[in-house]
Parts: sequence; C-alpha cells; structure tokens
Amino acid sequence: MTAEATIPASAAGASSEPLLRTDTLRVHFPITEGILFERRVGAVRAVDGVSLEVRRGETLGLVGESGCGKSTFARAVIRLVDATEGSIHFDGTDVTRLTGDPLRRMRRRMQMIFQDPYASLNPRMTIGSMLAEPLRVHGLAKGEQAMKRARELIEIVGLPRNALNRYPHEFSGGQRQRAGIARALAVQPEFIAADEAVSALDVSIQAQIVNLLSQLQSEFNLTYLFIAHDLSVVRHISDRIAVMYLGEVVELSPSRELYERPLHPYTVALVSAVPIPDPKVESKRKRMILRGDVPSPANPPSGCRFHTRCWLRRELGDPERCTVETPELRQLAPEHGVACHFAEELAGNERRDQLVTAAAAHSNVRDTDADEPAKPTGASAAPASDPDSFFPGDVSHH
Amino acid sequence: MTGAAVSQPVEQQERSVGLWGDALRRMRGSPAAIIGGAIIIFFVLMAIFAPFIAPYDPTRGDLGSSYLPPSGEHFFGTNVQGQDVFSRIIFGSRLTLGIAVMSVTIGVTVGSVLGALAGYFRGWIDATIMRGVDIMLSIPGLLLAIAVVSWLGRGAVQIAIAIAIVNVPIFARILRGSLLALRDADYVIAAKSVGVGGPALLLRHMLPNAIGPLIVQATLALATAVVDAAALGFLGLGPPDPRTPEWGAMLSDTYRYLTDAVHLAFFPGIAIVLAVLGFNLLGDGMREALDPKLRR
Repeated sequence: MTAEATIPASAAGASSEPLLRTDTLRVHFPITEGILFERRVGAVRAVDGVSLEVRRGETLGLVGESGCGKSTFARAVIRLVDATEGSIHFDGTDVTRLTGDPLRRMRRRMQMIFQDPYASLNPRMTIGSMLAEPLRVHGLAKGEQAMKRARELIEIVGLPRNALNRYPHEFSGGQRQRAGIARALAVQPEFIAADEAVSALDVSIQAQIVNLLSQLQSEFNLTYLFIAHDLSVVRHISDRIAVMYLGEVVELSPSRELYERPLHPYTVALVSAVPIPDPKVESKRKRMILRGDVPSPANPPSGCRFHTRCWLRRELGDPERCTVETPELRQLAPEHGVACHFAEELAGNERRDQLVTAAAAHSNVRDTDADEPAKPTGASAAPASDPDSFFPGDVSHH
Repeated sequence: MTGAAVSQPVEQQERSVGLWGDALRRMRGSPAAIIGGAIIIFFVLMAIFAPFIAPYDPTRGDLGSSYLPPSGEHFFGTNVQGQDVFSRIIFGSRLTLGIAVMSVTIGVTVGSVLGALAGYFRGWIDATIMRGVDIMLSIPGLLLAIAVVSWLGRGAVQIAIAIAIVNVPIFARILRGSLLALRDADYVIAAKSVGVGGPALLLRHMLPNAIGPLIVQATLALATAVVDAAALGFLGLGPPDPRTPEWGAMLSDTYRYLTDAVHLAFFPGIAIVLAVLGFNLLGDGMREALDPKLRR
C-alpha cells in the first residue's frame, strides 16, 4: 500500500491534503542559570527545523538514536510541548498556537500512546475510570453510558472483561500497553502518535501490540506517527519512514525503498544494524559501526550535523563542504528525500551495497526480534561505555 | 449485548484493592505500625474517657496530702499542691492530643495549599512561596513557636497555631516536591493529552499520587507536636491557668524537687515519651506501607 502512492500532496487537491503537516518546526528548551532570577544561557535544540507530512490513513515511521528529538517532535505535534518556531497544521488548521477550548477540542482528534506502560497509567485509578474520564471531559458520554463505552474499548484492545474495575498494578506490561491504547482510542481520534509504543515490551509481546495497532488502523481509519529507535520494528507498520538525527530529518522515503536503497550514510548504518533472523547470514554480515556519541543538541556540529561521525565523509577524504554548508533535504527519487551533499556517491557505493543487500534480502521476513527493553529516552545522549562499539540505533544483540 | 447485564454483578464482585487498600493491608502486617497504632489508640481512649477513668478531680488539690509517693490510693502519687498525678496525666492527654491534632491539621491544610500552588503553577508563585518557606525554615522551630505564643497568647488554640506555623513550611515543601516530580509523569501528560485540565488534573491525577509522603510526615509531625506542646508548657508558655493539667507544665513544676520526689517527673515524662514513640512508630509503619518501591 505504499509504493503506488507517489502523487505529490500538493498536486492532488483537497482530498490529499495531509492530515498533519509541520513546517520547519523547532522546539528548543532553554538552559537557564541563576537562583532567584533565571537567565537564559543557551538552548537544547531538540527539534530543529523539521518539515514533515503525515497523510491520511498512512503510518509514518520516525526513527533515530536516543536523544535525536523524535519524542519531542511527537509531543510538539500533539501540543504537549510548545513549538519554539515553525508551524503545525492539523487537517488544514493551524494548531501551533491554539489554547483553551479550541485546543481541547483538537486534543480529541490527536492522541498519544506512551513508551512506558508502567509509567503512563495513573496507579490510583481503575482502568474503567481512566477510560471514562476522556469521555466525560469531552462530553461524549457519562455514567453508565461511559462505562458501556469503556467495556467496548477493553474488548477492542483485547483486555479481559473484569479489567474495568482493576488497577494498573494488577496487569502485565503488555496488558497495560493495551489499556494505554484503549485510552487513546476512547475519544475516537483520527491521529495517534505512538512514542516507542513497543520498545519497553517483551519481544513476544511487541509483535502482538504491533499487530493490534495495524488492525485498529484499518478498523478505525487511523493515521499513525510511529516512533522507534530502530528500523526493524518500524518497517512492518510504516508506509514511509523518516530518519532523524540530532533534531533534523536526514532522510524520508517509502519504507521498502529506505531499506533497499538508503541514500544517507546514517541510514545505511542504521539499516546495517538491523538484525537478520538467519544465524548464518547474521554471523557473516558486516555491520557499520558509528564511532562516538551523538553530539550534544545544545551545541550541534556546524554544517552537516552528522559530519563528526560520518563514514562516507571519511571515505571521501573529509571534504570541507560537510563542515561548512548545511545540507537541505533534496528529492533524489520520487518520494525519496535525503539531506546529504554526497548522497549521489552512495548510489554506487560498494560498501553500502555490501551492508544493505543482506538486510534488504530479508526485509520481507517478519521479524520482531530486534529491540532492547531498556529505556532509551533522555535529552542528551549518555556517553556509551565503550565508544568503539557503539551500535547505531541502540540496536543490541542478544 | 446480552452479556452486559450478566457481566455487571461479576465486575462488582471482583472489585479489587487499590493502592490505599493495599497499603492498609501491608500496615496490618507491620509490627511497628501495629504497636504504634495500639499506643495511639490507648491514648485516644484515655483522652475520651478521662472523666470515667480518673479517680480524682485533676484540678483539686489537698495541701494536707502533698508529695505523697505512689500508693494504692494515689497510683502515681501527689504533687506539691496535693493533686493526684495519675488523674492529671489522664486529663493531660486531652490537651496534648488536642493541640497535636489541631496543629497538624492546620499545618497540613495551609502547607498543602501553599505547596500545591507552588508545585502546580511554578513561576513567580512558586518562587515567592518557596523563598518564604526557606525563611521560615531558617528559624529554629521552638523559637518560632515561642515567639508566636508570646504574640498570640497562651491558650490551647494559640499554642496549636504556633506549632502549626512551624509545620507549614515543612508540609509545603514536601507536597511541592512530590507534585514537581509528578508534573512530568507520563500518566499526567497522558491525562493532559486526553483533555483533562486544571483542577481535575491536580485533584484526580496529581494529588492522590503525591499525598503519601504527606500522610507519613503528618503522622511524624504529631510526635513533634507533642514534644513542642510539652516544651512550651515546660517553659511556662502553656495554658495560663496553673491548675490545668499539662504534661510539660507538670514536668517543670516538679524538676526542683527531683531529689525528693522522682515520681513527679517520671510519670509525665513517660507519658510524653510513649505518645511520641507511638506516633513515630505509626509514621514509620506508614512510610513502609505507602512507599511504592517497597511494594510486594
């Protein structure tokens, strides 16, 4: 359902107007000093000029290492964090500066699924009252009617019937995540941002939740922004994938194409790290290992932000352009944009082909065995204990 | 849906224990909480039924029978004025417990309101309130209480207010701290994102998860309040009528005669220690029961 949809959004009239559009969205968090009177001394540029579109009914995957700004982007989009600059349009309406009642009405239409199912449910509320609350807040239903709707919801997400009167601590991680999904569905939204919705779950549970999400998508005609820190989870559910690095989108492409023909050296590294569910191939294949950590978003490198860790730049003999000029997101193939001055070099790059072919050959195999259960959030990247074996995308192997 | 009618009673039957119920259950398994609770119940019953337990009128003295040692007639002996010490200790529990409960109630109420304002609104409200709290915390508690009593007067209510003022900044700081930690909790953000706002967010999602430490601190503050009330009484800042039975005042009445009549200081001292111990044990038991990290 992906490759055919190549009509540019602008050319196809109102019906293909994207459900969500951000225009050079920036979210900067001020760094302040001072005890009584706070003084601004800098800013963490968590999201720095992201322009993306999410089309009706599609799933846009958003990947990148921890601390690259994916979560902040999602939170800005559903207005949990204020944008510093740029704009967010939802269904044609500018929602960037909405407040008060219009904002609450808009909230009904966009919801979020959180990463940590243990932290995202109020421990002092039963699942039932948690599900009834948004209905009451939006005046959709109350009392017995709300409870009826809550019963429907837990059935939809596959929770046992007696879950309504139970508290979150009585459930497993997977069940809690189902409850979190039910809460997001309660107000019948059109758009759901799933922020690492499966990263904290057991491998076996991940597949269940991903399946549930795609089933709900077709049933309720939902549009997803699906965030993860590695490609292997994202690709199954995504129509298109955007790769983020240090607050910027470095590559945007239909998901299959991203897998087979990545055009950004960072994406190549990410793809090469996706595990292949075949031990023979897996043990032989080469992997691109990025050196060093993600630089601090408070003080990003000049020019191309990836140049400090870029293997392609090293191969090309450290061209100066990378450190001076910021690359724009260029359209190199239909629907395929990349922000790299030397992306063309990659087209025939032997190393890329070596790295990517093995992964691409298996990209139609459904695998969900590639996530770590650790929590990858945190504004600035913590230094890796062993900088020489830093895997891109936090993908580790068990 | 035919199942709905059938399933409803089932759901009700299976109503499960929340975190409060769970905490209560764990408190019942904690020796500290049980012993502390028993001591407190003992004192509360003593205060309520004082007129029925006490063998003598605690204010009536008989100068002919002063300084009597403990005996079958006067269990704890008599003091200088010939008043029955046993009866005075029993009636004294009324004043002490009353002051303790009143002061903590006032302190928790005012402190929580300030702490909630600071923790929820942040910004200049937070800065103003917390600087005030810092200033108050920099003054030694008892000194502050003495100052307030000498300003307001020496009645039981005034003493309670004085002790409450000492407690307010402590409660404000605790609640603010828990609320600040909760502001960025995922479930609070989740509630915000489904459209819950303002008071509902604070009352339904933040406060219920923030008051655990407050309850523990309130119980422990009862212990400090008992000591503070006794200290004020000892320093002569207790109730103005010297006949009023008050544990601290009873101590100070007698310390001059310590060598002659040890029992006069011993029994009020024991009463204070027991009450403080009871509240402290109960508070510790609660802390363990309410701490989410110690669950299961």
